[in-house]
Amino acid sequence: MSYMLLRLIWWGLVGILLIGFAIMDGHDLGVGALSPFVGKSDSERRAIINSITPHWDGNQVWLITAGGAIFAAWPLVYAASFSMLYIAILAVLWTIFLRPVAFEYRSKIANVNWRKTWDWVLFIASATPALLFGVAFGNLFIGVPFHFDANMRVFSDQPSIIMGFLNLLSPFTILAGLVSLSMLVAHGGTYLALRTEQQIQQRAKFAAILFSVITIIIFAAGGIYLHYINGFIAHNLDPNAPSDPLFKNVIATPGAWLNNYLSYPWLLILPSIGIVGQIFTIALNKLNKHGFAFITSAISIAGIILTAGVSLFPFILPSSSALNSSLTLWDATSTQHTLLLMLVAALIFTPIVLIYTSWVYKIMRGKLTVAKIEENSKSYY
Amino acid sequence: MDNLIYLSRIQFAITAMVHFLFVPLTLGLTWLLVIMEAIYVRTGKQIYKDMTKYWGKLFGINFAIGVTTGLTMEFQFGTNWAYYAHYVGDIFGTPLAIEGLMAFFLESTFIGMFFFSWDKVSKRQHLLFTVLVAIGSNLSALWILIANGWMQNPIGTVFNPITMRMELNNFASVVVNPVAQAKFFHTVCSGYVTASIFVLGVSSYFILKKRDLDFAIKSFKIAALFGLCSSLAVIIMGDQSGLYVYHAQPAKLAAIEGVFDTENAPAGWSVIGWPDQKSKSNLFEYEIPYLGSLILTHGMHGSITGLNQIIAQNKQRIINGQKTLIMLDKYRANLNNKDLIPLIEAQSQDLGYGMLLKQYTPDVANATPAMIDTAAENSVPNSLPLYYSFRVMVFLGFSFLLLFILATLNSFGSNNVFVTKPWLLKFAKYWIPMPFIAAWAGWFVAEYGRQPWSIYGILPTYLSASSLSLGDLVFSLTGFIVIYSILAIIEIWLMLKYIKLGPSSLGTGQYYYEQGGK
Ligand code: HDD
Ligand code: HEM
Ligand code: HEM
Repeated sequence: MSYMLLRLIWWGLVGILLIGFAIMDGHDLGVGALSPFVGKSDSERRAIINSITPHWDGNQVWLITAGGAIFAAWPLVYAASFSMLYIAILAVLWTIFLRPVAFEYRSKIANVNWRKTWDWVLFIASATPALLFGVAFGNLFIGVPFHFDANMRVFSDQPSIIMGFLNLLSPFTILAGLVSLSMLVAHGGTYLALRTEQQIQQRAKFAAILFSVITIIIFAAGGIYLHYINGFIAHNLDPNAPSDPLFKNVIATPGAWLNNYLSYPWLLILPSIGIVGQIFTIALNKLNKHGFAFITSAISIAGIILTAGVSLFPFILPSSSALNSSLTLWDATSTQHTLLLMLVAALIFTPIVLIYTSWVYKIMRGKLTVAKIEENSKSYY
Repeated sequence: MDNLIYLSRIQFAITAMVHFLFVPLTLGLTWLLVIMEAIYVRTGKQIYKDMTKYWGKLFGINFAIGVTTGLTMEFQFGTNWAYYAHYVGDIFGTPLAIEGLMAFFLESTFIGMFFFSWDKVSKRQHLLFTVLVAIGSNLSALWILIANGWMQNPIGTVFNPITMRMELNNFASVVVNPVAQAKFFHTVCSGYVTASIFVLGVSSYFILKKRDLDFAIKSFKIAALFGLCSSLAVIIMGDQSGLYVYHAQPAKLAAIEGVFDTENAPAGWSVIGWPDQKSKSNLFEYEIPYLGSLILTHGMHGSITGLNQIIAQNKQRIINGQKTLIMLDKYRANLNNKDLIPLIEAQSQDLGYGMLLKQYTPDVANATPAMIDTAAENSVPNSLPLYYSFRVMVFLGFSFLLLFILATLNSFGSNNVFVTKPWLLKFAKYWIPMPFIAAWAGWFVAEYGRQPWSIYGILPTYLSASSLSLGDLVFSLTGFIVIYSILAIIEIWLMLKYIKLGPSSLGTGQYYYEQGGK
């Protein structure tokens, strides 16, 4: 297989891992963010939390695997993005930390204040990463200020990375953060409506519909905004050359992030899937077909993420201060040998993972009711 | 720069050691749960189901923080060791990614089933889930230790001046790397020992309190047998690891043994001493003759190369590496100098040694002889801490074997030993923290003993770190310490609470506190 083809496939595979993460861990994050509002009593909240406790850990592995895959397939991206967005990564990490403990420890003590505290911990641990992942994605469009020296060591072009964290927040990136938060909350709400009954279900359904509407509005606004910010264009890229990002020339012009869509208008199918998917989700949730709504919501999420990925193409991590140091999928990958090897591993293991994941969801399907929780107080979380 | 490296190392060390506080229990408890549940499935006796559930509860409390701290590890190579991630990501990233796909998914998906599917599936199917969790956690250890073993013994890789990094050329040899395999078995077995002592010690506590005796004695016996096998295996695999260190990392070995000048065969084994790096000698030492050659080479004819001799060899390699590095710098300064590429590739053998000079001068071409001497001097690890941490591990290893022999001999046969030999129960109870200390000591030997390299002979630790500011590191280190401390306090508190409650926490109505115990 040619180096170019492998690099393209890996761009797609990392995309699939990120989409898998957004769909699987995303609904856990959405449920966690909704739980203090949708559940009014301890038993109601336990019903909500127990809809995700058997699965959250497996779902989180999508994030871990995406991290590992980026390390293996795009080592330069892994190195540059994680060190240059140091404080942002720590913020994600430190809030995500709280999730395993909140799930595991909340029910271990039957004390009102203990449980209330963990409810809010779970809220923060779910809403913050959902928001920050979007902000991080948004910053790919703005570019991150870094450069490589001759030995490929990456340096920040900001006096302090702590200050840099504040610079990550701009109107566009906050918009991106809100898209991510609202689409995951809508997704989580839909899942919750599927797994619960009565009042909890009604509230979850209401939240899902509300946040689908919000998602559509902000996503469209982001698309319009994109006309006015600088996009990047790369010249002299050889998709088959060894990975040395310093060889190419990059220029920036307003609106360039829309070039791919102008050159290939059929790609507009992706943002359309994002929006139409949300419209279907609203309609299906209204009709109480929550299972189908969950599927259309998942499709919409894939559409939204792909929309962003395709407009950045071929860039992965642009640099705003040293344009030529930007990383693209053609010059930031590992070797052909490693990409091939990893492809084989992915082709073997991803289907296996998908099969047993659907199996366990099937085993655990069914409604979680307040009555069930109260009967099995010691074995449920 | 020096402070930055120092803080990055401390942060890695702290986060890794905290992660490894939770890992061993996960590795071992999963198999103990498998054993208990298998007995339940065979005999149908409720008590074995209760045992699985109770030890499973403690396992769950531990597991949550194992996952939490593991997340840090996964991202830390990028956040804090960015140059490392670039320089060896082509090789090192692969086992990490496979670990996610092959092991973490398995372990984490079925852990949920372990806790929540008791009344949804048949007994056998539930047992299958438990087995899958155990396999998953052990596979994760396999892949991470393949990655770590490669850092200790980097094979199957070549330097590429165009991309300025090491690249994979033989994945199979990375996987079957003997160092990695020995490490894997030694480390997972040390996890089994840890979990066995944990179950043994907590059961002893119940017996000493005269509570839930049947439950506790059954758990005690299972832990005793499993622990006996694993503590033997740890020692055998530790010996094997030592053999590979002897071949792959002579400097680490000499430091562990406090050998400054080459000892010809048959070499002795130093039982106690005080290796002093400054004067390059042992201030005092007591040796058992012949034992050194016997342990380290499994024969009488192995000699031990001393640190002084290794420093002299390394000096030559530094001088060779300096030449290659000068060529490399020339090429990197003007990438059109393509005819340099084959020359660099042909002489990349000692490139890493040349890089050691960067710690002393940015301008390697003009390094003074004094700088070269200092670099050579510092190309071997510091002996004293290695000497003692190794001996702590080994001493504890034999104490575990003793504990399990006594526990096994005394508990099979009649049950009244539990009344007549309270000292044995106390031994087990107070020994609960010891395997953690042994494992920490082991990691310290392995990792500190690799210094000044992060990839042995290839990439100095000094060059591996990210170019962050000192403020960033102070911020993150403080954050980790605060968050980990809070999590650890909550964890330990919950653990103790559930240990005090014992199986009564299951709510079956069968146990002490539910039967009118106070
Ligand atoms: C010898 C075993 C061993 C070693 C040396 C390490 N780990 Fe670990 N890790 C495990 C054995 C383990 C485990 C037993 O599989 C854990 C512990 C608790 C758990 O939940 O799984 C785990 C959990 C765990 C998780 C959470 C997985 C999940 O959600 O299920 C991650 C991301 C990592 N680890 C990553 C790392 C990295 C990047 C390491 C090296 C720098 C590392 N671990 C060292
Ligand atoms: C969980 C068990 C582990 C423990 C307790 C541990 C312990 C340590 C310690 C104490 C250090 C600091 C050494 C020093 O700077 O003096 C260190 C450094 C390091 N270790 Fe480990 N380690 C563990 C697992 C691993 C694994 C599995 C890997 C790789 C896969 C790894 C890679 C590194 C790296 C990259 C550094 C930083 C560079 C360096 O200082 O050498 N460690 N570790
Ligand atoms: C008594 C016999 C023992 C011997 C001879 C022994 C030997 C060794 C050696 C030589 C290493 C260093 C390997 C390297 O640098 O790459 C090591 C590492 C280690 N030891 Fe031991 N050990 C023993 C007992 C134990 C015990 C009882 C434990 C824990 C319960 C333990 C846990 C570890 C761990 C976690 C490591 C780091 C991982 C590794 O490098 O394998 N060891 N041991």
